[in-house]
Amino acid sequence: METFNYVKAPSIDKALAAAGQAKFIAGGTTLVDLMKLNVETPKTLVDINLLPLDKIEKLPGGGLRIGAMVRNSDLAWNAEVQNSYTVLSEAILSGASPQLRNMATTGGNLMQRTRCVYFREPNAGTAGGYGCNKRTPGTGCAAMEGFNRMHAVLGTSEHCIATHPSDMCVAMAALEAVIHVEGPKGKRAIAFADFHKVPGNTPHIENALEPGELITYVDLPKLVTGAKSTYLKLRDRSSYEFALASAAVVARVEGGQIRYIRVAMGGVGTKPWRSHEAEAALMGKPANAVTFKAAAEAALAKARPQKHNAFKVELAKRCLVRALKTATA
Amino acid sequence: MTDTINPHLRHLLPHSREKTTSDLAPDQQSVDLEPLPEKRGFSRRSFLSGLGATGLLAGTAPLAATPAVEPAQEQSEAVGTGSATLRINGKDYTLRNLDPRATLLDTLRERIHLTGTKKGCDHGQCGACTVHINGRRVNSCLTFAVMHEGDEITTIEGLGQPGNLHPMQAAFVEHDGYQCGYCTSGQIMSATALLKEPIGPSDDDVKQAMSGNICRCGAYTNIVAAVRQVRSRV
Repeated sequence: METFNYVKAPSIDKALAAAGQAKFIAGGTTLVDLMKLNVETPKTLVDINLLPLDKIEKLPGGGLRIGAMVRNSDLAWNAEVQNSYTVLSEAILSGASPQLRNMATTGGNLMQRTRCVYFREPNAGTAGGYGCNKRTPGTGCAAMEGFNRMHAVLGTSEHCIATHPSDMCVAMAALEAVIHVEGPKGKRAIAFADFHKVPGNTPHIENALEPGELITYVDLPKLVTGAKSTYLKLRDRSSYEFALASAAVVARVEGGQIRYIRVAMGGVGTKPWRSHEAEAALMGKPANAVTFKAAAEAALAKARPQKHNAFKVELAKRCLVRALKTATA
Repeated sequence: MTDTINPHLRHLLPHSREKTTSDLAPDQQSVDLEPLPEKRGFSRRSFLSGLGATGLLAGTAPLAATPAVEPAQEQSEAVGTGSATLRINGKDYTLRNLDPRATLLDTLRERIHLTGTKKGCDHGQCGACTVHINGRRVNSCLTFAVMHEGDEITTIEGLGQPGNLHPMQAAFVEHDGYQCGYCTSGQIMSATALLKEPIGPSDDDVKQAMSGNICRCGAYTNIVAAVRQVRSRV
């Protein structure tokens, strides 16, 4: 591991002042792992574990404000989250292990990086190593011709097919969360859909954060009255594994008709994949198997499978149909 | 006859703590960067290290007289954060020249010589390194020691000792919840932590809650039995 300077920030102001070329470290579950692999080589680490961002508060107009330092297990087991934002609690509890969820934070989960084996290979992007445009732009993508069973089928580009690994983010995409950040130019709010970036020509740019910006809160809007939500995750084993396909659904059904619907998918996209196509196929339609099947077809219509992951297209469709059934039952 | 104890059996004798000449309070201990002086006793660790060295030297006879390898260059470059004090099992350990890159796991094992906590994958995937920080279970391989000043750290050594086992340790013994034993301290640290977590009552809930601890020998059935027994008595 490359060495680094370590700074412990006692306040948000101090953290921002120290930011510069630094990386913030919270739970460390992604960052320390990637530092051991030489994927991340920060010159300075700013420890933000002392920042007073570890509360979950109700917003005045309804909704919930989640501090960036709230641990994943605390968020998943929060009574308000379990009752009103079931999809979020279920998504978090389906991810990682209890130990990792005790460490990982809300802000850190938003910054989680791909599990693409070529990206994580210690010499990727260097001379003699595997090509990785995310690690070192312009070195190519070894996954295209390599083992790509776990890779994305939606939002890919000719430069990168890495899957976004987070479950929490899929639920937050369906809940239309808002991410609050603070940086050298002040505070701003970023809609969840605008936070993560598809790879396009710049797979190394993964999100909308500007240099030196710190995630402070994530706001969940007030849930639509009468809506139910659920998260379904399919994977190679029933626990402690990344998704092959997952679906987050928030739905309200009245008189058999779908009156409110939000759909996001995981395990298949290069970012947490909100499916407006599926939502359009569901809105105002009867909540039945025919509608669900049509929505699943619409959600995966633009899928571009690779050599080893064509199965994900059908798996993701069935995953979404099952999640829609649960959320509208 | 009584003076000559077979070194292979020495670990069965009661431990006699090595005396330290320290100005620190009785509940404090200073830990230097240098490795501990050669133990007069014979531990499983020193035995295994010795085996390794013998194995290496066997193929390189001309080097046999060379003294121990100099510390790697990067080790001395890395120092710089100064000292940090970690509170482990109710005792303060002051670590001089703590390398910021030292994980909590490596610090526990290599600096403080609490070797009950095991290194398996070193990437947060196996759970062998599980310890408690402020009462919650975490993977000690994925966090830097320097980040934990002021935290209350508990390792398997702090949970219970021979003669005074934690009920979970006793249950693992009773139910044979291990084979080779390498994952066991992590399993037990996880199992004691889940007693305070809001998980459901079934065996399936236990299995889900224990899924961050991998057992290569496959002692899972007995591990679940041990956890079930302790949960039923809590």
